[in-house]
Amino acid sequence: MEKDVLDLNDVTVRFAGDSGDGMQLTGSQFTNTTAIVGNDLSTLPDFPAEIRAPAGTTYGVSGFQLHFSSNDIQTPGDAPDVLVAMNPAALKTNLTDLKPGATIIVNVNLFDLKNLKLAEYQTNPLEDGSLEGFNVIQVPLSQLTNTALEETTLSAKEKSRCKNFFALGMMYWLYSRPVEPTLNWLKVKFKDAPHLAEANRKAMMAGYYFGENTEIFTTRYQVEPAKLNKGVYRNISGNEALAIGFITASVKSGLPLFLGSYPITPASDILHELSRHKNFGVRTFQAEDEIAAITASLGASFSGALAITTTSGPGVALKTESIGLAVMTELPIIIINIQRGGPSTGLPTKTEQSDLLQAVHGRNGEAPVVVLAPSTPADCFNMALEASRIAIKYMVPVMYMSDGYLANGSEPWKIPEPDSIPEIEVKFRTEKEGFYPYIRDENLARPWALPGTPGLEHRIGGLEKSNITGNVNYDPENHEFMVRLRAQKVKNIENDIPDLEVFGDADADLLVVGWGGTYGSITEAVNRIREKGMKVAQVHFRYLNPFPKNTGNVLKGYKKILCPELNMGQLSKLLREEFLVDIEPYNKIQGLPFKSSEIETKIETMIGGKNNGK
Amino acid sequence: MGNNGEVKEKYTAKDFASDQDVRWCPGCGDYSILAQMQRVSPDLGIKKENFVWISGIGCAARFPYYMDTYGFHGIHGRAAAIATGVKINRPDLSVWVATGDGDLLSIGGNHFIHACRRNIDIKILLFNNRIYGLTKGQYSPTSEKGKKTKSTPFGSIDYPFNPLSLAVGSGATFVARSLDRDAKHLQAMMKRASDHKGTAFIEVFQNCNIFNDGAYELLTEKETKADNVLLLEHGKPMVFGKNNDKGIKLDGLNPQVIDISNGHYSINDVWVHDEFDKNSFRAHILSQFAEMEGLPTPIGILKQETKSSYEEDLHDQINSVKKSRGDGDLKKLLFGGNMWEVK
Repeated sequence: MEKDVLDLNDVTVRFAGDSGDGMQLTGSQFTNTTAIVGNDLSTLPDFPAEIRAPAGTTYGVSGFQLHFSSNDIQTPGDAPDVLVAMNPAALKTNLTDLKPGATIIVNVNLFDLKNLKLAEYQTNPLEDGSLEGFNVIQVPLSQLTNTALEETTLSAKEKSRCKNFFALGMMYWLYSRPVEPTLNWLKVKFKDAPHLAEANRKAMMAGYYFGENTEIFTTRYQVEPAKLNKGVYRNISGNEALAIGFITASVKSGLPLFLGSYPITPASDILHELSRHKNFGVRTFQAEDEIAAITASLGASFSGALAITTTSGPGVALKTESIGLAVMTELPIIIINIQRGGPSTGLPTKTEQSDLLQAVHGRNGEAPVVVLAPSTPADCFNMALEASRIAIKYMVPVMYMSDGYLANGSEPWKIPEPDSIPEIEVKFRTEKEGFYPYIRDENLARPWALPGTPGLEHRIGGLEKSNITGNVNYDPENHEFMVRLRAQKVKNIENDIPDLEVFGDADADLLVVGWGGTYGSITEAVNRIREKGMKVAQVHFRYLNPFPKNTGNVLKGYKKILCPELNMGQLSKLLREEFLVDIEPYNKIQGLPFKSSEIETKIETMIGGKNNGK
Repeated sequence: MGNNGEVKEKYTAKDFASDQDVRWCPGCGDYSILAQMQRVSPDLGIKKENFVWISGIGCAARFPYYMDTYGFHGIHGRAAAIATGVKINRPDLSVWVATGDGDLLSIGGNHFIHACRRNIDIKILLFNNRIYGLTKGQYSPTSEKGKKTKSTPFGSIDYPFNPLSLAVGSGATFVARSLDRDAKHLQAMMKRASDHKGTAFIEVFQNCNIFNDGAYELLTEKETKADNVLLLEHGKPMVFGKNNDKGIKLDGLNPQVIDISNGHYSINDVWVHDEFDKNSFRAHILSQFAEMEGLPTPIGILKQETKSSYEEDLHDQINSVKKSRGDGDLKKLLFGGNMWEVK
């Protein structure tokens, strides 16, 4: 049957189903294939904290959103063009997010009384007219999957578990994607269970041919490859990029990588990823608790490792005292916080930026640390190198502030040539002459003298130290001197980090400032405003302590400053406090990233609509 | 800096003394422990620069400042975890923990049991004085029930921990006990712990003459010592008493004191100590003696066991993965997964 092929620039799809339906897998397969096709893309997995919430309920719905385009894009998309809803609960929880007129593909087999009731529908939305205005495509997904697998020996339950691959095949056809990447993946994934590989292949191909052969779909779509810069790309999530980044830092510094970690969402994937790379000499230590994880890392740092610890907000709270110890002993260590919704256990699987003040201030005593934040999933790689460089060069703890959105989201990453990545210089002290444990170099860094070095035996610890000798010292003047010295050492790092770069219209009245994971949403909003002919400028912080040297000057160049954050206004507070500028916070605390449209609307309000113009 | 960084062929006890003034209270049992450690250190077959002493918080935790070795005075309770990180990263180092009953068994209890469980090759010296000294006299997790202290004016209602039982139960592969006042014995235990591969735990009964003076009097004073202390020696029958006339008989699971001088029992009825006994329940019985009416307090090595240590297994695994997959190749790592080229 001949079908029309329509060219699109930009599509946002969302797969939604029970948390046991394999939606994350379906989404990531579609993503990998889309990456290979050469589209620019950005993803947003969204799943409940429960591993298998009761089937059919709204709170058990797991979703995966993917935005792909022939253009350069920044976000996973505000509103899906297409929703694949595997059951009534998935439809119910996602419906309000859709674009007007969006396509909804539903598994009609599960719109039975039982599942409608579980989703708390009074009437069947497929029949009561409530989906009017949407393009609803009803597919008997369960039934067709069963039919496709009729001749297999799988149990009814196993057959049912293949229906996500039927949906995947259908979507591959609809968006003209090749099936080969997933076929190859199946072969590797199920190499010990070829009957499962075969069953999933059958289900996927049945879905693909269903699209081609039935009249339900009259049109299929095509999205041309994006015009990205020349190079070799791979699709990468923030946590993957971070893990690979630290292995790279280990190779470039010549130090063994030590990870002390305790499992916690959404940081555990870094532990998993690094555990796979033992052939790089990576020492992964799954500790008995968060405190053991960081203190073991400190021990490893003391003995010459590139030491990191990965966690999320509640874990940072537990590590707080140990971070103070790292400040006092002046040892390099990187504390990685994959932020999630708080306080307390909060929203374990949802994103938030609410640990910034904890990172900057959250310790007893005057305990300055360097604070960095990657801005996109791929930037997690760059910031791993940067965190390692700074920690080692200045002998300081560094807080690395990623978040759930960056960690699980993915985007194409232009892979750097290993030789193009600079070495990280490490200076272990071996010279006995003139050695003192707290003598300082031009950066105010103390020497890193490793146990096992003859003649440099020395003691460090959490009690206040004399400068130079490192002996315990309770003198009032010495304490003040040391507190100021530790602060100065961190402050001086502003001379060793890039200045803020202003994007957009430098002569605008309004400056939008952000930090970390909101880069994509803010950038897209700023681009849209400028496309509409209005003026706006943007800066994005990846260094939060110390701030870049030109921060004060940049901020003072604008009449109004808007600061969108996924918290109650923590960066706003820090900037006001340090630079005495007025800042308008724009806050969202829903465990979800900003939609670009939300920021766009806010900007428009602030600059007085379309009348402000060029 | 102690000996000012001088590197020698042969060291003496003095070389292991740092230049810092020792600030424990005069008469504290910690002085003896420090002296014995400095005495044995040159003879352990370990290079001076390869010793690392790690501690948490408390009186005992000042220990590293007084040893002229590498040292890390950490935070309360975390010494075993810091030591674990040092040893994993650098198996070539000899890693020692100096800790007290509050530090190791209260705030640091979790790290202690998990160090024992993993059999990480660190040596843990517990200075057990059954009191909080540095915070000036509150009861500790090893204080006896009913003890009156500043925080328990009407007597403690806590049941105490038995550190040896805890160590045995957690899988420690070397478990011993000694006394601050018994210099020779303590030195011997330190040497044996040093030679052991895996987590070595020594409980040292240590007198706090300020807040809990005389806690171990029965075990240290001439008149009472012989009748109250059982010296454990591998392959020897468990005999004690002023006239060596008392022995321990193991009747099923019940240890009992027998008189081997009256003709009813002989030395052949006495339990013969086997440090290497594969069944740690006998070590557990020994660890419980102190809690059993009428039984002497054992000192010496309750058990030791040979099995691979954590850091050994970790590095074996790294090496085996390197062997099967080849050394890590950065280019392959970066250019991994599904790639595409934009021309």
